[in-house]
Amino acid sequence: MGENLFVGMAKGLRTWLESNHFLPIVTDVFLMLLAVVGVLGFLFLNALFLIYYDRKFGAWVQARLGPNRVGPRGIFQTVADTLKLFAKEIFIPNNVDRWPYLLAPVLIFTIPVMLFLVIPFGKGMVPYDLNLGVLYLVAVTSVETIVLWMAGWSSNNKYSLLGAMRSVAQMLSYEMPVIFAMLSVVMMAGSMKLSDIVAAQQKVWFIFLQPVGFLIYFIAVNAEFKRTPFDLVEGESEIISGPYTEYSGMNFALFFLAEYTNFMIGAIMVTTLFLGGWNAPFGWTFIPSWLWFIIKMYFVITLYMWTRWTFLRIRIDQMLNFAWKFLLPVSLVNIFVTGVGLYLYRMIRW
Amino acid sequence: MLSPKGAILIFFLTGFLLSIIILVLNYLLSPKSKSLIKRETYECGLETIGPTWVQFKGNYFMYALVFVLFDVETIFLYPWAVRFNVLGLFAFVEMVIFIGILVLGLWYAWKEGALEWK
Repeated sequence: MGENLFVGMAKGLRTWLESNHFLPIVTDVFLMLLAVVGVLGFLFLNALFLIYYDRKFGAWVQARLGPNRVGPRGIFQTVADTLKLFAKEIFIPNNVDRWPYLLAPVLIFTIPVMLFLVIPFGKGMVPYDLNLGVLYLVAVTSVETIVLWMAGWSSNNKYSLLGAMRSVAQMLSYEMPVIFAMLSVVMMAGSMKLSDIVAAQQKVWFIFLQPVGFLIYFIAVNAEFKRTPFDLVEGESEIISGPYTEYSGMNFALFFLAEYTNFMIGAIMVTTLFLGGWNAPFGWTFIPSWLWFIIKMYFVITLYMWTRWTFLRIRIDQMLNFAWKFLLPVSLVNIFVTGVGLYLYRMIRW
Repeated sequence: MLSPKGAILIFFLTGFLLSIIILVLNYLLSPKSKSLIKRETYECGLETIGPTWVQFKGNYFMYALVFVLFDVETIFLYPWAVRFNVLGLFAFVEMVIFIGILVLGLWYAWKEGALEWK
């Protein structure tokens, strides 16, 4: 029953709209808007839970209690924090470069929303299945670098500038390993469509065929969404809050939300590219595909949180050296080995 | 079906408008304080010393240059990767040579110290 819940709803709605003789374009736009609403619901609910989960997990690792006042076991803590931020004043500091300063928080939240366009949430549950899904993801993610730079430079604050410089260096450096690790997956699947990549993993997940690619991707994505050990962009104890320092109220909340959404998307991408996406392991199809997707996503998220609360922040030279002198050569070798392996496999099969 | 551009546009506009709505709501709901000190640059509580918009460490630029080199390469690599199973040995050898040249570039940048943090 659960498997076709959302797909069935969308299909029923489409039939109903078509039977009422709406223009085809109206039907399409309406259904796409519905998909956006679904995505936003997913985003906000998960972000609300994720922030709470992160704090509770951190508390658990460090043998503290964590949030426990608002609601049972502090479950409404994030809601209370959001409301508090709503009651904070938004103002424009004197020395900032006005337009980039105002535009940055708006754009930083737009990017993760756009990323959700191509993500396969379950069987047949893709808002829009782009042919160039992987390339689209890479392209849209890299815009974030510019937005962070806008925020940091326009703030006219030394800490912001340092944070923005670091964020640009970090995101550029780790983009290469990310791209090359994705490339090896694209080679295996023979398609850039994310639903094809998921379908190619029906029998064997790519984590077993691409263990090195998985490790590279897992580490490099951690740097892309900037959490410890790669959080030197914010580095609370050194540069206050990096590019976000001059922002208050909802401006800051949007940055924060975008950060957690990027975290979510990172985990989703690891799931989709290497852990079989919504495919059920061991043929356990009694759990619907979208639930498998969420289970796997939270598994990866937990791994990342474990990393975050275990490791220390690294220095900037260590961060850059690791990307350029270790991850990049290894990922190039990985592509070569993948190519040779695929070629040999084809020769043996014929 | 909607065209890809249309779908992307709808997602872009939703994200954009939603965040503007959130910001406007916050602006309307929040209390306003008359103080002027709140508009000062927030650094350490003291007045900020010297301009912020200065020439910055050149090291970052070197990394960006090497990045551009590799980023352009991916434009050629992705189409190749998609058709990898169809194209023959020739395309594979060709791509090995192509990547080989880039590795040479990386090795040169490494040797010349572009990847050293000073």
